[in-house]
Amino acid sequence: MDKNMKAHVKITLKKGVLDPQGKAIHQALGSLGFDGIDQVRQGKYIEIDLAETDESKARAAIEKMCEKLLANMVIENYAIELEQT
Amino acid sequence: MSSQDTLGPRADEITPEIVAEHGLNREEYDRVCESLGGRAPNLTELGVFSVMWSEHCSYKSSRVWLAKLPTTGPQVICGPGENAGIVDIGDGQAAVFKMESHNHPSFIEPYQGAATGVGGIMRDVFTMGARPAANLNALRFGSPDHDKTRHLVSGVVSGIGGYGNCIGVPTVGGEVNFDKSYDGNILVNAMCVGLAEVDKIFYAAASGVGNPVVYVGSKTGRDGIHGATMASAEFDDDSDEKRPTVQVGDPFTEKLLLEACLELMAGDAIIGIQDMGAAGLTSSSVEMADKGGVGIELDLDLVPCREEAMTAYEMLLSESQERMLMVLTPGREDGAKKIFEKWGLDFAVVGITTDTGRFVAKHQGKIKADIPLDTLANNAPKYNRPWIAGEKRPVIVPDEVPAPNSLSDALIKLMSLPDLCSRRWVWEQYDHMVMGDTVGRPGGDAAVVRVHGTDKSLAVTTDVTPRYVAADAHEGGKQAVAETWRNLTATGAQPLAITDCMNFGNPQRPEIMGQFAGAIEGMAEACNALSYPVVSGNVSLYNETNGQAILPTPAIGGVGLIKNTERRASAAIGHDGDILLLVGTERGHLGQSLYQRDLVGKSEGAPPPVDLTAELRNGNFVRGLIEAGDVAHVHDCSDGGLWVAVSEMAMAADIGADITLGSQQLPAHAILFGEDQGRYILSVDADQVAKIIASAESLAIPVRKLGVAGGKSLRIDGEHEVKLADLRQAHESWLPEYMNTV
Amino acid sequence: MKAAVIVFPGSNCDRDVAVSLNAVMGSSPEMVWHGNAEVPKSDLIVLPGGFSYGDYLRSGAMAAHSPIMKDVIKKANSGVPVLGICNGFQMLTETGLLPGVMLRNANLKFICKDVQLRVERNDTVFTRRYKKDQVITIPVANHDGNYFADENTLARLEDNNLIAFRYCDADGHPTGEANPNGSARNIAGLYNENCTILGLMPHPERLADKQLGGIDGLALFESLVETLH
Repeated sequence: MDKNMKAHVKITLKKGVLDPQGKAIHQALGSLGFDGIDQVRQGKYIEIDLAETDESKARAAIEKMCEKLLANMVIENYAIELEQT
Repeated sequence: MSSQDTLGPRADEITPEIVAEHGLNREEYDRVCESLGGRAPNLTELGVFSVMWSEHCSYKSSRVWLAKLPTTGPQVICGPGENAGIVDIGDGQAAVFKMESHNHPSFIEPYQGAATGVGGIMRDVFTMGARPAANLNALRFGSPDHDKTRHLVSGVVSGIGGYGNCIGVPTVGGEVNFDKSYDGNILVNAMCVGLAEVDKIFYAAASGVGNPVVYVGSKTGRDGIHGATMASAEFDDDSDEKRPTVQVGDPFTEKLLLEACLELMAGDAIIGIQDMGAAGLTSSSVEMADKGGVGIELDLDLVPCREEAMTAYEMLLSESQERMLMVLTPGREDGAKKIFEKWGLDFAVVGITTDTGRFVAKHQGKIKADIPLDTLANNAPKYNRPWIAGEKRPVIVPDEVPAPNSLSDALIKLMSLPDLCSRRWVWEQYDHMVMGDTVGRPGGDAAVVRVHGTDKSLAVTTDVTPRYVAADAHEGGKQAVAETWRNLTATGAQPLAITDCMNFGNPQRPEIMGQFAGAIEGMAEACNALSYPVVSGNVSLYNETNGQAILPTPAIGGVGLIKNTERRASAAIGHDGDILLLVGTERGHLGQSLYQRDLVGKSEGAPPPVDLTAELRNGNFVRGLIEAGDVAHVHDCSDGGLWVAVSEMAMAADIGADITLGSQQLPAHAILFGEDQGRYILSVDADQVAKIIASAESLAIPVRKLGVAGGKSLRIDGEHEVKLADLRQAHESWLPEYMNTV
Repeated sequence: MKAAVIVFPGSNCDRDVAVSLNAVMGSSPEMVWHGNAEVPKSDLIVLPGGFSYGDYLRSGAMAAHSPIMKDVIKKANSGVPVLGICNGFQMLTETGLLPGVMLRNANLKFICKDVQLRVERNDTVFTRRYKKDQVITIPVANHDGNYFADENTLARLEDNNLIAFRYCDADGHPTGEANPNGSARNIAGLYNENCTILGLMPHPERLADKQLGGIDGLALFESLVETLH
């Protein structure tokens, strides 16, 4: 394999779902004197190296991974960015 | 402007479809209109009726039956109807406890569903002024072969741990069982036991007129608003943002809420306090006002919201977690607010008590709901649904059940069954020691938790054997209560009272209602005979998928008192050379036994009967021996039978035992694996034996010398050797291996 | 001896450690709110176990920035003994008072069970009531107890004899099997250079009472009282 793709997957909580972690981080930042923060939401970032050169195939594969495992579709959304490496 | 002008529904707002989506039938809807003086409700009001008249809040199918349960006794301070039940444990102290289901949310999202179940039941306990001291969980999953089961076990167990560990309340016991009937409807029943001072108990009643109604805790979002109701017209132009969302638990906020509430409760500012659980703001305010015989008026503009543009409907029906509603003595708001601000929690006066007897909610200058309170609470529909009793099954004669090829192989097989194997994999993920009072850790008959700073302890357990209830609801209901009583007794505790979590299928099917009715009658019989009343509980119906109902599962949570923590018993063999005694009658009952189900492959016949007179007599005798300091090692015989119980005692101590079949005319496998009730195994010093046997005989209590403890293996009359190491391997490996298989 | 137990939002072993301290001191330690600016004059500062700030973000990370921590760090640097248990240990690494970091347990699960520890040295204020190489039983209860530090740091800890306790088997051998969470070099507890700061993941306060099943943890508190009285 001389050509590969790297997928950058961002998993975030769906809008409206309570984010206890974000809330606590928000408070802690406030107590450290960081003002003017409206909201903090915490998510996950996952990098996946793929032995695949076709972008649409790679995207379909990553989407499947997200729906099956990486994201909890009941409460989370995902976003995929692909890059040739 | 009359309220009628403000309150009428918009044109076409309330269609028959929308009424149906809110779970109300035609008669119930007519009753809604009638209670509103003949007018139709608007959507907000319909939502309020929908949640208040739901099975969950109104117990409309179960109330007539629940009334048959005994709920009083000299030890009872507060019976069902409050946030939790309360029993007196002496010295001005009380135990406050309840069990509640969180079945459906846990199936949808196992981690959050289980976590919020634990959070909710703890709020029920600390809202009464008690500090939670122990959590338990009765869990039932589908067949291990079902493709969702592993995922659900993993999520539920980590959700329970994630919440309980973080808030710092030990999770000390419970049950985990598997059966294919739960494939599409798992059961997550969470129980919490708390400790309070008798003169510092808080109730939900909101007395007085003109008193401030205060909201504390987390902000309100669109969490857990019933899905079907969201299809309604109000939301049609909105996207993702207004979708109902799964409730997410925030144990950190709950910990802060717990400490803040207990701090405020040390003073006298609170008149009434109620957790915002199911149906959130609506049910908490309706219940408080109704119990106090007052009206309540809420200004929804003052409700702390997490999301923008929330409607009155959404605020009233949101099930956001970690929130409480209180009615305070006027003038005490500022002091109370300081406490909640110290803990970083929201505090808002959102309403006032009134003398109107009505539930009124205003939003943006308009009255959004105006409903007579008695309609919502006491006059909710009540159904005496048709029921048919299940057919009585014949008692299986022991000789009719085939013997195993090898008794020792049968034992090893039984000990490795999903329903009998070690639950260590589960409870090692729970912090079961935090708070520093867990003197009887998980794995015994009942967990034992000291009453902090005293010589007393509470014993706590949950039990039910659903296959018995399915075979005979009455006997199964009796057995569930008796087994908790026996498990508490085996630790040396005096059983005080129970909480119940009644998990059944669709009550509109007469055979399901028959199971419910039978179980209640059996439970009532056992509670009466054992002076062991019901002080709190919860009903979860409609646990079925495609017409396939779960096994009837009336989970019972029992609480008992050990007056002197030094005089308690563990479920391990005491010492090498101890004599094992069996208390209770042996009949070799194999019908509905695990042996019959899993080794023979049949589920036939009647479940083992419970003789409540013998139960009481045998139990009181055993407890007396523990209290006198004569015995400190006791285990009850339950699932799997005699040899399984001996094995559990042996593994706990790492000491083997050679037992004898005795002289009764029964097949060996019936003696060893029959599930006769009301029995205990005692491990006692050899020099105590004669005294104990004489004492039993003088009380006409059946007792026999079962065998001698020693070595590193189990034997029957010197034969059928099973090495403890092999037994342990079989017992300990099933669950971790199952969970590690992808 | 005067002791101060710092209470953070989300601490949940503050009462437990106060009970153990009370048992050996004969009086209650002072419970100090994390929002205060100063720790009252004390012979010992305890950072208790629990889930400060829910353990959100990273265990101990937000507590390490609590208002009180400035003074805790100042006093620790001036030689006041500091004991960090579990979440308290995590705070000590987050503040940099002790090196390294706690990763998620190797099995990715919360683990609550008794483990065996080898006492690496008994010449500190925390351990003089133990014997060197004594094997003691103490429970762990954590999700992030997997100690990690780079090789240089680990070498420095070993060379300077700063490892306080290691997970071990019944014979005192720090085997892989005996390591519950994947900690580097089986490290269960650590000292600073002067051995005035101890961070440990196991909870000595949980086995300091016969009714709870053992008293191996008690000697740690007795050691402190004996030295600091």
